Amino acid sequence: MTEPRDDSHNVKTEEVNYMTDSRPIAIGENLPGCKKRDPIVVAENVTRSFGGINAVDVEYLEIPRHKITALIGPNGAGKTTLFNLLTGFDTPNSGEWKFEGSNIAGVSSYKVARMGMVRTFQLTKVMGKLTVMENMRLGAANQPGERLSKALFKGIWGGREREITAQADVLLEKFKLDAKKDDYAASLSGGQRKLLEMARSLMVRPKLVMLDEPMAGVNPALTQSLLDHIKNLKAEGMTVLFVEHDMNMVRHIADWVVVMAEGRLVAEGPPGEVMKNPAVIDAYLGAHHDVDLGDAEGIKELEAELEADEESIVGTENAGMIAPEAVARLEEEDGR
Amino acid sequence: MDFGFIFSSAAGELISPTTAAYALAALGLAVHFGYSGLLNFGQAGFMAVGAYGFAISTLTFKVPFFVGLLIAIICSVAFAFILGIPTLRLRADYLAIVTIASAEILRYIVTTNQLTGLTGSANGLAAFEGDFFVMNPFPPGTYLGMNNRDFFIRVVGWGLVVVCCILVWLLMRSPWGRVLKGIREDENAVRSLGKNVYSYKMQALMIGGVLGALSGMIFTLPRGAVQPSNYGTELTFFLWTCLLLGGMATVLGPVIGAMIFWVVLSLTQSILYGLIESGAVTWLTTVQAGQLRYILVGVALMLLMIFRPQGVFGNKKELAFA
Repeated sequence: MTEPRDDSHNVKTEEVNYMTDSRPIAIGENLPGCKKRDPIVVAENVTRSFGGINAVDVEYLEIPRHKITALIGPNGAGKTTLFNLLTGFDTPNSGEWKFEGSNIAGVSSYKVARMGMVRTFQLTKVMGKLTVMENMRLGAANQPGERLSKALFKGIWGGREREITAQADVLLEKFKLDAKKDDYAASLSGGQRKLLEMARSLMVRPKLVMLDEPMAGVNPALTQSLLDHIKNLKAEGMTVLFVEHDMNMVRHIADWVVVMAEGRLVAEGPPGEVMKNPAVIDAYLGAHHDVDLGDAEGIKELEAELEADEESIVGTENAGMIAPEAVARLEEEDGR
Repeated sequence: MDFGFIFSSAAGELISPTTAAYALAALGLAVHFGYSGLLNFGQAGFMAVGAYGFAISTLTFKVPFFVGLLIAIICSVAFAFILGIPTLRLRADYLAIVTIASAEILRYIVTTNQLTGLTGSANGLAAFEGDFFVMNPFPPGTYLGMNNRDFFIRVVGWGLVVVCCILVWLLMRSPWGRVLKGIREDENAVRSLGKNVYSYKMQALMIGGVLGALSGMIFTLPRGAVQPSNYGTELTFFLWTCLLLGGMATVLGPVIGAMIFWVVLSLTQSILYGLIESGAVTWLTTVQAGQLRYILVGVALMLLMIFRPQGVFGNKKELAFA
């Protein structure tokens, strides 16, 4: 567990503490496309079709500011396409969307990023033949040395470079990559690349971070620390939108969940509420989604649940080795 | 065989103005491909733009040397701009196709008979180097075994190589160079960090193109003539050979690569000719030997790619994960 950075205390002294703010997020009922108290992104009638298939068909969506919003849904629901559209990496067939009140439909992706809306990719993109530190430095904004007219003179950009390096050092330490900073990014493992990509996107000092499957391929121990990092982003005043399939993660850190299926919004609301929604269970979660198989009680809970379930073979004579008695016998043998 | 002659002519190639021209053009390719990932297969076209831009403005418009130089540079920037507009938003291979085609288009245009008055058609242009050699500060005499004219062009050519190498080195260690290298690795990632990838690629294409144009001038000045047949596709591939020999993402690589290229060509030629003339080799004519040496350069390149894929100066680590 990492402690929030020092400057998060400054945030706490402000009128609102983003970590404990429990005012309702939506105005009125939690229906798909509902208005939010304080939206950072507002999208209207965004559609994108590939061939005859509507990959994305979102009538109205608001992303709440200073909150962690999860975007979930089955494969092919259009989550990543929506990400691409909002960040200018793809062009929609129709639609408008605003970021912090300014219309950014049709604005090129690099300008969107400069405005403070930074994304990561589902298939991690690190610059393999640059060192980890150079990857980080590349993320920083306002480096005058990135202009050709000033690049020749180190006197002009050297100062800013030192600031950037200091900023990168702090982030790398948080993400446990400081020992790797002089290695080529291509030598990192898949999970470390995810970390590097997230850290690099934070170098831009974004207002909204959009993470596309930040946990895919990351081991459980690292998942825990990534979760803490994401929570800390909120403490630092950022807004987070992420796509994820891991329901435990969604339950632990998301303040708000948006569910997509076949390109449309099917449900919205706080995690607890959304996961009880029958439409969501049918489309995505399945009946036994709320059991955490990672913990000891979870298995017993699941068995009790399955026994009660008519469609399940548990509790019938066909159960075989997954019958509660068989499992108990196995556990006993393990104990010896 | 006269080994003294063989080695002195090889040493002569080491510092010849043509080697300097190859080094400059290959340095341009290093900026394009080694640092930015732009596949330019039309560097000969940029050299032709430089050479013809200078020759035509001097002969037809009678401008002084430095104005001609400026025109050549502006022409190459414009050429890069025109090539870049449609292709830089696309994948790297499209740029490769467009550059190789446009270099050939350019060569056919200057060969057209209708333009003989302007470009001299297949015979090319000559006698435009007067202004340059008038500036020669070295009085007539012998300098390191050369006359003052040969010495002057070598000093200017290699001086230019040194200056350009320093400039490229300064650019590539700067944050600007870092963005270029990032684009080489993954341009969408760089875009997602708020950098205008298109503009950076255009700048890199122009800088490499200007190096190509300068190289075209150094190539053509000592000859006192510019002919379209000198700027064929094979020139581009010789330049790529120089770049790969030396190491792609390095500053000194292209320079050393050009030197190796010409020294190997010169050595193999003299040795083969010597063997043929002394009667040791009877199954080869001197004409065949001239062609055989390019085969040998090809074999050398293959061996290099197998045993030292990063080139002479390249960083092995940078290739380890490719």
